Amino acid sequence: MSLMTMIAKMFEGLSGTCAIFFLTLLFSLPLGMGVAMLRMSKSKIISNITRFIISVLRGTPLMLQLIAITYGPYYLFHFSVSRNKLIPVVIAFAINYAAYFAEIYRSGIESIPVGQYEAAEILGYSKIQTFFRIILPQVIKRIMPSITNEVVTLVKDTSMAFTVSYQEMFTIGKQIANSETSFMPFVVAGVFYFLFNAIVDYVMGKAEKSMNYYQ
Amino acid sequence: MKILEMNHIKKSFNNASLHVLKDISLSVSEGEVVSVIGPSGSGKSTLLRCATLLTEMDSGELIYSGEYAAKNNEHGKAVYSGKAELKKIRSIFGLVFQNFNLFPHYSVLKNLTDPQISVLGRSKEEARERAMQLLKKMGLEEKADAYPCELSGGQQQRVAIARALAMDPLILFFDEPTSALDPELTGEVLKVIKQLAEERMTMVIVTHEMAFAKAVSDRVIFMDGGVIVEQGTPSEVFDNPRMERTKQFLRNYSQQ
Ligand SMILES: Nc1ncnc2c1ncn2[C@@H]1O[C@H](COP(=O)(O)OP(=O)(O)O)[C@@H](O)[C@H]1O
Ligand SMILES: [Mg+2]
Repeated sequence: MSLMTMIAKMFEGLSGTCAIFFLTLLFSLPLGMGVAMLRMSKSKIISNITRFIISVLRGTPLMLQLIAITYGPYYLFHFSVSRNKLIPVVIAFAINYAAYFAEIYRSGIESIPVGQYEAAEILGYSKIQTFFRIILPQVIKRIMPSITNEVVTLVKDTSMAFTVSYQEMFTIGKQIANSETSFMPFVVAGVFYFLFNAIVDYVMGKAEKSMNYYQ
Repeated sequence: MKILEMNHIKKSFNNASLHVLKDISLSVSEGEVVSVIGPSGSGKSTLLRCATLLTEMDSGELIYSGEYAAKNNEHGKAVYSGKAELKKIRSIFGLVFQNFNLFPHYSVLKNLTDPQISVLGRSKEEARERAMQLLKKMGLEEKADAYPCELSGGQQQRVAIARALAMDPLILFFDEPTSALDPELTGEVLKVIKQLAEERMTMVIVTHEMAFAKAVSDRVIFMDGGVIVEQGTPSEVFDNPRMERTKQFLRNYSQQ
């Protein structure tokens, strides 16, 4: 197989990689906020249960979680494994990343001085207005560097979908590497991920800069 | 007409082991300027926080323009009014903080307009007009598009005063408005408060600036150890204090 064919085949797999990447962000960013709210709940029970779930999700390999969510239903209930593996893969990624985002949101929210809440309360803002108008914009600015880190990691983590044979770029590369007994697909994959992250860096850098109008 | 009445306010912290306010009563009439002085830790901030609903008192009555924000139940414990009632009462007062608490992500102008629009439901144009009028009064017209981080402390505090005034409160509280400022910046802030006093804005000012308190106040309250030790006209309290503790406090101050 020529290098060009190899690249073309792997490039096709990029749509799978992108699907995991964008769908994971789409679901985990808001889900993480919900989880952060539960984690900061006034109820000790709710916050402790949430903390435990977060620590399990962060303390076990994403690869295990992928396998559990893709094949778990089959072993437990003898459901047939869904043909479209994108669904379980995105569920696993979204839940896992939501746990990380939740902790980032929480630390961001807790870093906002109490005076901001008090000023808003005195002025008569409702709780919801205070959160969305006063607190959240400041939180987003503060957590952008941490979010960028997670997004860069996510680009690389998409390759783990090969463990459940989801057809994304790395899975295809690995198949080619086996059939052709070549190391080249791994080099190509490395270059793809590197370029993908160069774009991510650029976009996130722009976003961070756009928030630099205040200290 | 009384704008604020606080009757028999009691507040303690740390499971009632630290009594910070011990039966304080205070009322403020329309147009009155009241200064509160006293050593640090005497409960001045706690008193303002109770008055502005930032802290719940344990016991006592809190009344704004005849409307109860809180009153005692049969066990002598303060019970607060409902959400809607408190929302209405919150619109009666404003508070200027020691460390300004401006919204850093909003421009100076938006710090003044956003609360008017979001809370009072004013139109953009109306809010802008009121904001610019107040910024002009504070001598900060040309800073409308600046961000708080670009301003000096004295300018930030004047913006904070303008933000509070933009909500048209009937009474304005100040908690040591110049304590976080470099000495050379206190003058510009005291000047605008003095101007408000001349316009008969109803105000309660916690301050360590004795000369200022003497000059602007109709009434001076000396607090120590969670009680009002003495109150009266500036000349009564500063020139002829009756209580030994007041004398001692003022003596320490004039020595500094
Ligand atoms: N949230 C709080 N928890 C515990 N103690 C507090 C709290 N707020 C104030 N205090 C205590 O109450 C006392 C009075 O404080 P404060 O009202 O800030 O006094 P002042 O403003 O006159 O300096 C101090 O001993 C302070 O430590
Ligand atoms: Mg204080």
